[in-house]
Formats: sequence, structure tokens, C-alpha cells
Amino acid sequence: MGDRADKAARLETDVLVIGAGAAGMTAALAAAEAGARVILADRSLVGRSGATIMAQMTVAVALGEEVPDHWEHHFADTIQAGRGLCDAHLAQLVCEHGAREIRRLDGWKVGWARKPDGTIRQAHAPGHDRPRCVYVDFLSTGPAVAKTLRGRVIRQDGVTRIGDLCIVDLTVVDGAVTGAVAVSVADGRPVQLQAGAVVLATGGLTRLYRRNSASANMGGDGYALALRAGAELMDMEFVQFFPIGHLAPRLVGMDPIMWDPFRYKLGGRLLNAEGRDFMNDYGNQEAGQYNVTRDRATHAILSEVKAGRGSPAGGAYLSFQHLDEATLREAFGPVIDRLAKNGIDLGQMPVEVAPIAHYHMGGVRVDNRLETRVRNLFAAGEVVAGANGANRLSGNAITEALVFGREAGREAGRRALGASAATPAPAPAGAFDLVRAARAGGEAELAGAMTRLQAVMADDVGPFRTAAGLERALAAIAELEAEIGDMPPGQPGPYNQARLDWFDLRSMLLVAKTVARSALARQESRGAHQRDDHPLMASNWALHQTLELAGNELVLGRAPVQGAELSQVA
Amino acid sequence: MSATARLIVRRGRPGEPPSTSLYEIPYTPGASVLDGLRYVRAQLDPSLSVRHSCINANTCKECMILVDGKVEYACTARLEPREMKLEPLPNKAHLKDLVTEIAPPDERLDHALAARAGVGA
Ligand SMILES: Cc1cc2nc3c(=O)[nH]c(=O)nc-3n(C[C@H](O)[C@H](O)[C@H](O)COP(=O)(O)OP(=O)(O)OC[C@H]3O[C@@H](n4cnc5c(N)ncnc54)[C@H](O)[C@@H]3O)c2cc1C
Ligand code: FES
Repeated sequence: MGDRADKAARLETDVLVIGAGAAGMTAALAAAEAGARVILADRSLVGRSGATIMAQMTVAVALGEEVPDHWEHHFADTIQAGRGLCDAHLAQLVCEHGAREIRRLDGWKVGWARKPDGTIRQAHAPGHDRPRCVYVDFLSTGPAVAKTLRGRVIRQDGVTRIGDLCIVDLTVVDGAVTGAVAVSVADGRPVQLQAGAVVLATGGLTRLYRRNSASANMGGDGYALALRAGAELMDMEFVQFFPIGHLAPRLVGMDPIMWDPFRYKLGGRLLNAEGRDFMNDYGNQEAGQYNVTRDRATHAILSEVKAGRGSPAGGAYLSFQHLDEATLREAFGPVIDRLAKNGIDLGQMPVEVAPIAHYHMGGVRVDNRLETRVRNLFAAGEVVAGANGANRLSGNAITEALVFGREAGREAGRRALGASAATPAPAPAGAFDLVRAARAGGEAELAGAMTRLQAVMADDVGPFRTAAGLERALAAIAELEAEIGDMPPGQPGPYNQARLDWFDLRSMLLVAKTVARSALARQESRGAHQRDDHPLMASNWALHQTLELAGNELVLGRAPVQGAELSQVA
Repeated sequence: MSATARLIVRRGRPGEPPSTSLYEIPYTPGASVLDGLRYVRAQLDPSLSVRHSCINANTCKECMILVDGKVEYACTARLEPREMKLEPLPNKAHLKDLVTEIAPPDERLDHALAARAGVGA
């Protein structure tokens, strides 16, 4: 049984953390602080390759530095934004413990922007009832958080960091996770990881969409790993689109969601092709203040495009032409020069923006301790479902990653140490078949598959959905599944990226199916899930949809919301 | 007639005789060299390996290559409607095509295997 695996490199540890963004790095620190030996693995570079380092904006937390605040107010806003689907316990965890994590980072010198009197600055982001969002200037929040955590991880002896290690399956014996199967990307070697507990911290799935704000590592691996291991997913239909992603002219060296902080600080006018403000035509009340939540703004922009009033590239105009150069420079310093290098002079021209896939509210279903229904398998960060319900408040994701990372890491550490001395379980039969599989060629056949998947998802499983479109998407996904087959192309070898594409497609197609299946079943519109053929929110749909794998079949189920009455919390 | 960029890309692995592939791709003003290479991988030749992850933000720093002999990030270097020569970094261990070994030495698998006294291949 174990003989094929014997040829693989083998590593053994107490806790395996998969993914080294804010959630994974925090989990690794917390597990090590609990006394566990930790392996922190990432498919790219540790601390550099997920969404965390790209987050340019703000982190929401009730610090009360700018104005008096309490976590219960943050909680009330979070629940409200979640449109009836927040898991109250998980949302509370984020809001209540967020402050502790933000202060901890402050102690580690992350550099939160401060006023001359030393208090931490908090911006007022849409959906929040008061200024609550901390940040690092200029547009450096994510890089600062990632760098600070990476520095701590490096100094923590209990943590072994391994980059370029792509986890492709979890191993499960008798209902408990025992580790993972991975490919060492740099040389193609199969790797067996044995662990007493595992924390999934792989981030979101926005690479499924044609226009997205994410890195190439955001294909939703964690959802597929969890499903195949026997865990459940939940709320998969809720993909958040960021309304004003950069569309044109082509902007390199800057993230496409960069316009949000410009709007917080300076306003900025959103105009249609006729040069008219349209946000309030859709029942919003935006008056100079930037306060419309993401789902509503996405709806307004795409409705304008549909009505033929979009900008040339298919979005809306965003204009700062009413501001003078000095104001722009004061607010954004060197960023103005980076824009100039891209030929963009904000005082002279508008840019074009459009909704892009940005964050995933749904994900792995966990209990109050962030454990999945597979024993010893925990999850943390964006990969977890529940805290944000049907729509996430801006700034909540980094807080979520930090808080969940700490909880899951500590629990996993305790669990692994509490377990009777781990006798290395043999890898289940067949666990290494895929990573070892070799055949001649097959790479060329993958051409076009990823692009087609992204187009199908954007066109039929995007911000606006219909039964017909979702059926069409499911058929296209099935076709793509048949096309890529059940064996990776070529041979294991150094940086064989086509082979990696195949493993990515294997996961992405499964995850795409979970999104489309849940979206088709939910016959209402709520938060980020908008059905043209069921435009209203329906009270009988105030429930979660769950997904599990039975053999190769996805099975859809329902679960009640662990809710909270707003009146109890506000 | 729409403009094209002609990418001459170094291929293969260490130990193999040096070879190149020529890709002709549509040129869009403002596009990055990485945009061009991603187009090649997605539409023409998935067997081409080009390390990258953040694509736009220039935060991952994984995409460094030689563009016409100069060290550049593929995601910030501009594509141009002419012939462009793309090669892997000369001062790093070559893995495949445009990819070199850039992970910090103490974050590689072999380092972990040695540190953990794991069972090697
Ligand atoms: C451009 C952008 C801007 C954002 N701005 C903000 C903001 O201002 N405020 C806010 O609160 N939120 C923001 N968000 C959201 C927030 O950044 C993310 O939700 C959060 O960082 C997720 O952290 P994480 O640790 O869960 O995942 P990530 O930081 O995405 O890390 C996941 C890691 O897992 C690795 N991985 C994935 N699959 C595998 C595998 N199979 N094997 C091994 N490793 C794997 C990836 O390489 C990656 O490094 C933004 C997101 C984006 C994309
Ligand atoms: S792709 Fe990330 S820096 Fe170039």
C-alpha cells in the first residue's frame, strides 16, 4: 500500500498549514505558540502570493480611536450587510477579536496610519455606521500586513516554511485528516505530508472569473480539497463583485481595485456614457459621500451597461476631474506618479471601471472552533463560509483572516499535541497516482480551457444570473471536464506549468460547479446573488445551501442560519 | 491590419540544447509582456512555463525575466509591436523555459527535508 508513496519525499509534522496569506501565517504562529511543530506550505512564495499582499485598502475593526465604537456596532453592520445569512457566532468572533489582532500587528510595527497626536486613523468605508477602517499609507495595507507577519513567522523556530509546494489532495483515514499529497513545483517531486491536524488557509476563488482582482493562485483549491476530503461547503453562490475595478486604459503595476481608496478620500464621480451620475437612479442615495454597498453599486453599473449607456470598454466612467493636482497629490503622493507612467492624468481624464470578481463569501463549512466535519481539519480566512453571509462589508476580510487564523491555528495545535503520538498513517491506496501519473503529451489540448471556463463563469454565473444561463454554464463545465480528462498531461518535472494547469482546472471545474449548482437552486435574489428571473429576496430563502461529494456526485443540502436578531445587537 | 508582437522565447531545461519558440500575438497598447505571455499560455502553447502570480499589482515579484537582455518584471514591462527577446534570469538556477529558482533557500523543500530529517526520494 505505502510502497508507491515511499518514493515520494516525506515530511511529518504536528500541524500542516496550507496557504501562507494572513490567515495561514497567523495560524502557523498560533499553532507554534501552542507548542506544535508547524509546516507552513504555499504553492508560490510564502507571504507573497495570495490576496493578502494585494489588499491595498483598509481593515475594519472597532478600535474606537477615531470616534467611540464598540464591537457590537461593527457586528450589527456586518450582520446587516450579510442580508440574513451571517453565521452570528463566526461574525461575532471576527468583530469581537478583531481589535486584539489589529493591536497585536500594531505592536509588531505594521505602521497603521496615525494622526499627529498618535491616534490611529480610521476611515469611513461604505456599509459601516462610523469611521472604523485602519490602513497603511499609501495603498500599502496588504503589503505591510504580509511583511509583518512574514517577519514574525521567520523568527518563530517552530515553523518550517516551504514555498512552491502545491497541495493537490488531503489524506483522510477513518474520518480524520492525516495530512496531504503535494507536488514540489520546482522539481516535480511528489511529496507526502503527514500531520496531526491541518489548517486550510488557501484563500478565495476569484480566478474562476474573466475579470478578477486576484492572483493566479486564487483558483479555489481549498474548496476542492475540502470537498474531496469529505467536508461540506456552504453559501457557494455568493461571489462578491467589486463594483469599480479598473477596466481601461490598461494599467500595469497596480491592482485593479485601487480606485476604492481614491473614492473614500476624495469622492470621485461615477458617470455613464452620457456623462451623468446614475447611482441614485437605482434606489441608492449617494450624495457626495461614497456609501453604496458593493452589491448595489455592481447592479447599478451593469444595468447602465445593459441599457447601452456603458463606457467604450463596457463599464462606467470614474472621474476626479473636479479636483486639482495639489489635492490629488496630497491624498495619494507617489501613486499619482505611478498613474502618470501609465499615461493617466486624473485631473484631465476619467478612467473606465467595471465590476470584477473580488472575494468569496461562501466556502468551507466549519463549527464554532473552525473545524470542518472531517476531524482535525480546520479552515481559516477567506476559504471559510459564514462570517459575511450573502455580502461582505469592506475591510472585514483581513480582520477575518487574522482572527480565524489565530483561532484555527491554536485549536489545531492543541489538537495535534493532544492526539496520542501520531503513528505515521500509511497514505491511502491510490493517493499518489495522480501526482506520479505520466503520459506522452496532452499539454496542447489544455489550450483555451481556462479562458473558456472564465468566460462561462463571467457570462452566466456572474453578478446577474438566470436559470437558463446557469444550466448553460453547468453544461459547459461538464464539457470542459470531459475534455481535460482524468490524467494530468506530460511527466512530473521541473516547473511543468501545463501539468499544474491541469491540477488547477481539476479543482476549478469542481468549484465552478458548486457555485453554479447553488446559484441555480436559490430562486431569489440576495446580496451578491442576483437572479434576473427571481429579482426579489424571499424570506423562505433565509437559509444556507450546503454541498458535499458523494462519490463523484455533488449533493446539495440546506441548513438553518445561526442567526442573531439585529435588535439584540444594535 | 492590427499590429502584432513577435516574442522570441527561450525554451527548455538545463542540459538540453538551447532552443527558442517564436510566438506572434495581437498587440494591444498598454499591455504588459506578461499579458502577452499569458495569452500564449492560454491560447497557443500551454507547455510554456512563465512564473507569475499577482498579474497586475507587482507585489509577488515572481515574474522577473530578461526582456531584450534587461532584467525586468514581465508584468510591468510593456509589450511592443515588434520583435522582443525573452530569456530566463542568467544569475539564478534555471528550471524550465523562463522560470528560474527564486525561492529563498531556506523555504525550499530540500531545506525542510534536511531540517526535519525527513525521508528523501
Ligand atoms: C486586490 C485585493 C484587494 C483587497 N483589499 C482588501 C482590503 O482592503 N481590506 C480587506 O479586508 N480585504 C481586502 N481584500 C480581501 C482580502 O485580501 C482577502 O480576503 C484576504 O487577504 C484573504 O486572506 P487569506 O489568508 O485567507 O488568503 P490569501 O492571502 O489569498 O492566501 C492564500 C494562500 O494560499 C495559497 N494556496 C492556494 N492554494 C494552495 C494550494 N493548493 N497549495 C498550497 N498553497 C495554496 C496561495 O498561494 C496564497 O498564498 C482584497 C483582496 C484583493 C484580491
Ligand atoms: S506577476 Fe507578480 S510581480 Fe509580476
